[in-house]
Amino acid sequence: MVFPLNPAPHAKPVTAVPIVMRRVLYALLPAFAVYCWNFGPGIAVNLMVALPAALLGEALMLRARARDLRHGLTDGSAIVTAVLIVFALPPLAPWWLTALAVVVAVVIGKQLFGGLGANVFNPAMVGYVTVLLSFPAEMTQWLPPGGHAELGLVGHLAYAFGGRLPEGMSVDAVTQATALDVVKQELANMRTIEEIRVGPMFGDLGSRGWQWINVSIAAGGLLLLHWRIIRWHIPVAVLAGLLIPAALLHLIDTSRYLSPVFHLFSGATLLGAFFIATDPVSAAATSKGRLIYGAGIGALTYGIRTWGGYPDGLAFAVLLMNASVPILDRYTQPRIYGR
Amino acid sequence: MPERVKIHRKFTGGLPLRPYKALSTGAAASRLTIPKRLCISMQQQSGAPAMACVTPGERVERGQLIGVPTATLGAAVHASACGRVHALEQRPVPTGSRLVVADCVVIDTDPEPGPASAPGADHWPGDRAGRLAAIRRAGIVGLGGAAFPTADKLGCDRACETLILNGAECEPYISCDDMLMRETPDSILAGAAIMLEIACASRCIVAIERDKIRALETMADAVRRFADERFTMVAIPTIYPAGGERQLVEMLLGLEVPSGGHPIDIGVVCQNVGTAHALANFVASGQPLLSRIVTVTGRGVEAPQNVHAPIGALIGDLLAHCGGLNERASRLILGGNMMGYSLPTADIPITKSTNCVVALTAEDVRDDTTEWPCIRCGECAAACPARLLPQELLRAATGRRFERLTALGLVDCIECGCCDVVCPSHILLTARFRAAKIELAEHRAHARLADAADERYLRRKDRQLREADAARHEQDELKARLAGDEASRRAALSAAVERARGRKRSPDEPE
Repeated sequence: MVFPLNPAPHAKPVTAVPIVMRRVLYALLPAFAVYCWNFGPGIAVNLMVALPAALLGEALMLRARARDLRHGLTDGSAIVTAVLIVFALPPLAPWWLTALAVVVAVVIGKQLFGGLGANVFNPAMVGYVTVLLSFPAEMTQWLPPGGHAELGLVGHLAYAFGGRLPEGMSVDAVTQATALDVVKQELANMRTIEEIRVGPMFGDLGSRGWQWINVSIAAGGLLLLHWRIIRWHIPVAVLAGLLIPAALLHLIDTSRYLSPVFHLFSGATLLGAFFIATDPVSAAATSKGRLIYGAGIGALTYGIRTWGGYPDGLAFAVLLMNASVPILDRYTQPRIYGR
Repeated sequence: MPERVKIHRKFTGGLPLRPYKALSTGAAASRLTIPKRLCISMQQQSGAPAMACVTPGERVERGQLIGVPTATLGAAVHASACGRVHALEQRPVPTGSRLVVADCVVIDTDPEPGPASAPGADHWPGDRAGRLAAIRRAGIVGLGGAAFPTADKLGCDRACETLILNGAECEPYISCDDMLMRETPDSILAGAAIMLEIACASRCIVAIERDKIRALETMADAVRRFADERFTMVAIPTIYPAGGERQLVEMLLGLEVPSGGHPIDIGVVCQNVGTAHALANFVASGQPLLSRIVTVTGRGVEAPQNVHAPIGALIGDLLAHCGGLNERASRLILGGNMMGYSLPTADIPITKSTNCVVALTAEDVRDDTTEWPCIRCGECAAACPARLLPQELLRAATGRRFERLTALGLVDCIECGCCDVVCPSHILLTARFRAAKIELAEHRAHARLADAADERYLRRKDRQLREADAARHEQDELKARLAGDEASRRAALSAAVERARGRKRSPDEPE
């Protein structure tokens, strides 16, 4: 009997790329449910646009690059990108906005760099920042906490695909700015944090509505840690980089600087710390590098939120730190055994 | 006497793996009846092969020397059964890391096993040098897998403080050391005591993985009976590759073996429990190393078990002894499923380094054909016991960037295979690193040749310049001398002319 010759090790690998991607999606499920509960079915409508757009963009690029379609489409990375983008977009978004963000993410952010594993920048953030800079007005159409019951699935579909809200409703009337945005504007109007926070959109932890989505995102992040899809370094460093300056400045002047708890449960903090900054392809790969990378994202986010022109800055912080990854990896190589 | 000491620290990286050891530890080890034909490789150990000193047709006794060591790191080879030499031929034989083609002595064994050849009267002399020579003559090599000649390891003239007796056996499937420790704990300790003496070491740490409960108990009892203060026992964590000597040193002593060096560089010698047993057996009976215990296991084998088999038995004989292969067997491996290598057939003899034969089924093995791109998740780096960055090594290896490969520590890769197991992209990392090591060595050899050629060229140019210089100098000198000659000739000439003129004039002039 002749046996085939295969290289060692012969043991089966413990995981696979599609399993990793699937688990990331599972970990986002609770947050997705809470999102729908708090803001209505808008995110589901956006997802219905984003998924086909992502797969189509991916398929066309794989074809153009003469890669195996089935192998490329089933790795699940395009789906994860699409889902992360719909989490970042406002629930009331025209279809073309969602589609554009996703296609830019997959085609320019990922495939043009060489596909899965070769992109320098986080694809979801490339797509998100593109539409944020190009269509700032559409990117502010956030709904009030609790959503608009009368908007309903039909209303969301009508807006997404028809560009019109049901009779008697206007975009300006149903949408409002996010909590971080309100804080920024009101601080500019010389009001104090204490005065601002009594408004109806603020909850105990952060912005009402978002705070519970963020809690469920954190739960999903812990699930990722448990499954060893991510390691602790990046989330801990992002949170430390954001919360330590937040705590220090809050201690100095509570009327001008938001509390670290508010920062933690508002905006993209937890989504960023657990799901976006941890994208392995565009993050640093060494333990020390990941700590620096995460801390940089946290600190830059705090800086942009507090002194910059945008209410939240996580996407910009991630992209800036992505660019520093090669140098971080090069200078944080661990000491080799016996050297 | 402390029976168990705490481990110093956990080594970095490594993985908890499914052990698959229970497959072969259910029954006591059996004994293979001497097969009709033995095929004894002259390449039994890691150094130069031995030279066969028998001829076809010649009768050999059990224990008779049939291969003499030729060079350094050699070890003698003996007939493991009596019979008649059938042929001397070249065959594929296993070494620590691959199959090589080597000279083999093929012996047709006697149907009735005769008595062993009597040991020499003085097989175990009193002095250290004599004992080292005796160990070399007995053909004792490391039985853990690498088959380094034991005499060379113990006889190293550098100071040795600690002997680590390695009974960790971290690789999945392999259980031969486990069974040996259960069977002959006293002999193992006796062997270790002899090693301590020869290596002039002051203590011996017996390291056994925590999950080998029965081996731990038997060895602990034996250590207690042995009542030697130099011996301590440590139960180490069951994390592959805890049995690697570098990992053992890190765990037990908190030290690191220098890159490219050996444990002896920091005063440590690691010996496998099987080697200690073989040494004790030789000292007690005068019998050289003729057999070893081999694990025959895997779900492709009918009756997995440990087998005491004579060196030179064919793997096919061992498999037949264990009920043969079943129809599910799809891959035959020498060693465990992490570092062992595939065998093309079972028609290959076992050597002193053969610790395990595994027949795996299709469900047990990875599919080498599907691969995704590296997503830089870094799990490989987290699992690497050498603290390398496999994801960076892969990029450097793909781009054949040799300087980068050197800086990333390719040569420090111990090829344990942990990175492959955790890779979500199913990249054949270890296989690529093995290939890259060969490429790097070739590149370095080329670079050395190129450097040598460069130097030759520069030296030649230098020499030519110097020669040209010298020639010019010589010419100048000659010219100068000639010029000097010319001047003096002219002076002489003019003087002569003057004299002649004087003489000419003189008749006209009055004196």
